[in-house]
Amino acid sequence: MDIQTDTPQEILEAVIIRFVGDSGDGMQLTGTQFSDTSAMFGNDVATFPNYPAEIRAPQGSLYGVSGYQVHIGSVEISTPGDEVDLLVAMNPAGLKTNLHAVKPGHTIIVDTDAFTKKNLEKAQYETNPLEDNSLENYRVIEVAMTSLTKEALKDVQGLDNKAITRSKNMFALGMVYWMYHRSTEHTIEFFQKKFRNKPELIEANTKVLNAGYFFAETLELIPNAYTISPAKMPAGTYRIIMGNTATAWGFLAAAEKSGMELFLGSYPITPASDILHELVKHKHFGVKTLQAEDEIAGITSAIGASFAGDLAITTTSGPGLALKGEALGLAMMIELPLVVVDVQRGGPSTGLPTKTEQSDLLQAMYGRNGESPVIVIAASTPANCFNFAYQAAKLTLEHMTPVILLTDGYIANGSAPWKIQTVDDMPEIKNMKLTEAKEDYMPYERDKDSLARYWAVPGTPGLEHRVGGLEKDKISGNVSYVPENHEYMTRIRAEKVKRVQNYIPTQKVEFAQSGDLLVIGWGGTYGSLHTAVKHLHEEGFKNIGLAHFHYLNPLPANTEEVLSHFKKIVVCELNTGQFVKVLKSHFGKYEFLQYNKIQGLPFSNNELKEKFKQILS
Amino acid sequence: METAVQEYTYKDFASDQEVRWCPGCDDYVILRSVQKALPEIGVKKENIVFISGIGCSSRFPYYMNTYGMHGIHGRATAIASGVKLANPKLSVWVITGDGDSMAIGGNHFIHVLRRNLDLNIILFNNEIYGLTKGQFSPTSLVGQKTKSSPYGNTQPPFSAGELALGAQARFFARIGGNTPKEMTDIFIASEKYKGTALVEVLQNCPIFNDGCFAKYTDKAVREDRQLFVEHGKPMIFGKVRDKGLVLKGLRLEVATIGENGIEESDILVHDAKEQDPTLHQMLVRLEYPMVTGIIRSFEDVTFEEREDALTIQVKSNSSFRKTNDLFFSGDTYDIK
Repeated sequence: MDIQTDTPQEILEAVIIRFVGDSGDGMQLTGTQFSDTSAMFGNDVATFPNYPAEIRAPQGSLYGVSGYQVHIGSVEISTPGDEVDLLVAMNPAGLKTNLHAVKPGHTIIVDTDAFTKKNLEKAQYETNPLEDNSLENYRVIEVAMTSLTKEALKDVQGLDNKAITRSKNMFALGMVYWMYHRSTEHTIEFFQKKFRNKPELIEANTKVLNAGYFFAETLELIPNAYTISPAKMPAGTYRIIMGNTATAWGFLAAAEKSGMELFLGSYPITPASDILHELVKHKHFGVKTLQAEDEIAGITSAIGASFAGDLAITTTSGPGLALKGEALGLAMMIELPLVVVDVQRGGPSTGLPTKTEQSDLLQAMYGRNGESPVIVIAASTPANCFNFAYQAAKLTLEHMTPVILLTDGYIANGSAPWKIQTVDDMPEIKNMKLTEAKEDYMPYERDKDSLARYWAVPGTPGLEHRVGGLEKDKISGNVSYVPENHEYMTRIRAEKVKRVQNYIPTQKVEFAQSGDLLVIGWGGTYGSLHTAVKHLHEEGFKNIGLAHFHYLNPLPANTEEVLSHFKKIVVCELNTGQFVKVLKSHFGKYEFLQYNKIQGLPFSNNELKEKFKQILS
Repeated sequence: METAVQEYTYKDFASDQEVRWCPGCDDYVILRSVQKALPEIGVKKENIVFISGIGCSSRFPYYMNTYGMHGIHGRATAIASGVKLANPKLSVWVITGDGDSMAIGGNHFIHVLRRNLDLNIILFNNEIYGLTKGQFSPTSLVGQKTKSSPYGNTQPPFSAGELALGAQARFFARIGGNTPKEMTDIFIASEKYKGTALVEVLQNCPIFNDGCFAKYTDKAVREDRQLFVEHGKPMIFGKVRDKGLVLKGLRLEVATIGENGIEESDILVHDAKEQDPTLHQMLVRLEYPMVTGIIRSFEDVTFEEREDALTIQVKSNSSFRKTNDLFFSGDTYDIK
């Protein structure tokens, strides 16, 4: 559809929109469509879904509200954002639970048809907020979306009442498309693909989408449309990608680059299951997946596959990592490649399965019996989950020791533009496999630089050998109870992990390279920290730098040097202070301030800026 | 340098490690029987993998000159599943015990049987924990006095066969730990069988549970107390081969040939290949006689065959050959 309008337009740099409704109202789909369309228009985008743990919570209830936040901009967008410019509330419960996030003076669109006595009661409103002046600080656009949707569809055959009401989310989307000057084309194409065999649904959804679009155009309640220009992003071909998909694709790329077959052993767990869902689709690349009987079989089947020569991974979240601990120790002991992905969620115990947190770091570092060091790395954005999954595979294959890749619910479910990388763009991956018989093969003989042992895979004649969880002789790998040998082996396993330092990039610092305050973060908080520090720079605080860590064990070789260039250091984490413990244990002479949040939510821009300003003052 | 299969003798499968089980343990018999079976199966030794869990029996891989892994407690079946899925050409053997497979590894044990990968599982059942020095196991008898049940065990035991058949085992064999020749034959048959083959060895522990199977396995009583079944043959036993099984209502009964008008032709003929496990269940539950031999051997589609067929189908329906085909598929857009 061509966009022609004489309405004066407001030019904005960025805007944050949140769609909320019942968990059955299709808010995730509405949000995804808006962000995809915006990305194709050339905006930078970041999204975050927020949905209840209940699959279909009772209709209209406060805890059944499902939301999807989209942040689009003509400038660099690093997070889904905090306070919203536009709230689309499909029912009273959605309004009630999300009103606090709307910037005063900004816009709320509501479906007035949903503000019935019953729904108001369910949302625990004593009076109708649309009538009691409680929303006078906002610009409220009241639209009878359900009736308008019904009206739009009165001539379409073959739809039941339920199908008609369910498409009202497309009316809301159509309105928002017009407001932000977006074409409906991408979404109509989406209908044509999704409902290929149901022409009545293509027709109905297209009609409702257009009805919403035209309604907004003619509605006097919307005085002007907003424009967000395309962002300045590096040239290239892009797609919108979710963190979990990017993780899965990073492993696909690593398998192709290394010429190895990918094996995933996994047990479903929120919020990691999408990696399993993605990889199981790709049998055409020879990917092998086993949905195992439990977390332990997930990792132990992967250990078996690794022993037999595959690139083996297992995926989980915090509680699953706890169950995998003993087996991870075995993989470390027998010195085989293995990647464990932990998509962190709110803990402890079952905790907050659908919320985000960074509280598995110490479990990843130390959560095993005995002295059991492994490589720990973390992705920091939905898109770079691709790179760190790839890097996890590269490190485990080249160093013959397990790697834990930490992501979290925030970046795993969030989506952002990804400048597509091809396997040709990616660094080489070597592996330690011996392909033919070697005179006097000794299973624990090592590469003298990396200390990685050589990998003899079943099927290779002349290299038959046994490995196991008992302590092994430093050369032959036979069971050994010799005291000095045990100490030697304990130290060499640690040294092997430490030497990974020689193969990873040094720690970068963004903004000020030295000065008053160094902000330290790791993992999924990058977007929040980057945005806050950038804003402070723009406000004139030029002496603040950001060191965001991706390599947590071992730490980059220049870490201490980075610390030494700043007067104060603050470590920001979504836990009570785990990475700061690691830093203190290495760099005891520095004083580390902390900023911590444990609410199952990401940092907000304002709270970070306030904290940093307070430290600087 | 490839090794020719026919050159092997049992000695080729012995590693240089000193075997460290207690003197008189049936584990020695099982080790030798496996080493004698392997030259007969037509697989090169570099293609053979032994995976074990934890327990006395799980030291087994160290004594085999093949590829091997001594895993962690209870998980051998899961590790072996990964090995087999990664490389279906390998001959994969799981070594496990009654505690390893039916206590801590119970979950993996039932699921591996349900899936039916082509694995060989040797279950060393001695009705006791040996390595931890004498606690009761999930197959110990009620009333059995052990280190952890000084007044007698109060937990009723699993029957390995009953549990396995309940978990859809397609191949189940049982053999006494003191009959190496039959044991070797069963191991050869289990390797030839396509699917998960479970062999329960009634293994005497001379230290903590000596004589636990003596009433079935002692030479003096063996022929009278054990029924060694063979597919297609009547289920007859006894020193003078005068006893046999007949079906009376819903029960198996022992009948004497020549008495009460029973003739040899009245004795049930063993059908290991029957899909319906009802009769196999009745056989594994019998205490007199204790049934040994291959009780069930029903040919079914294996897990890896199902997976392979699916992969071939997906590959032929997909235009994706390289990851780039995927990465650039669907909704992409260009920024200039």
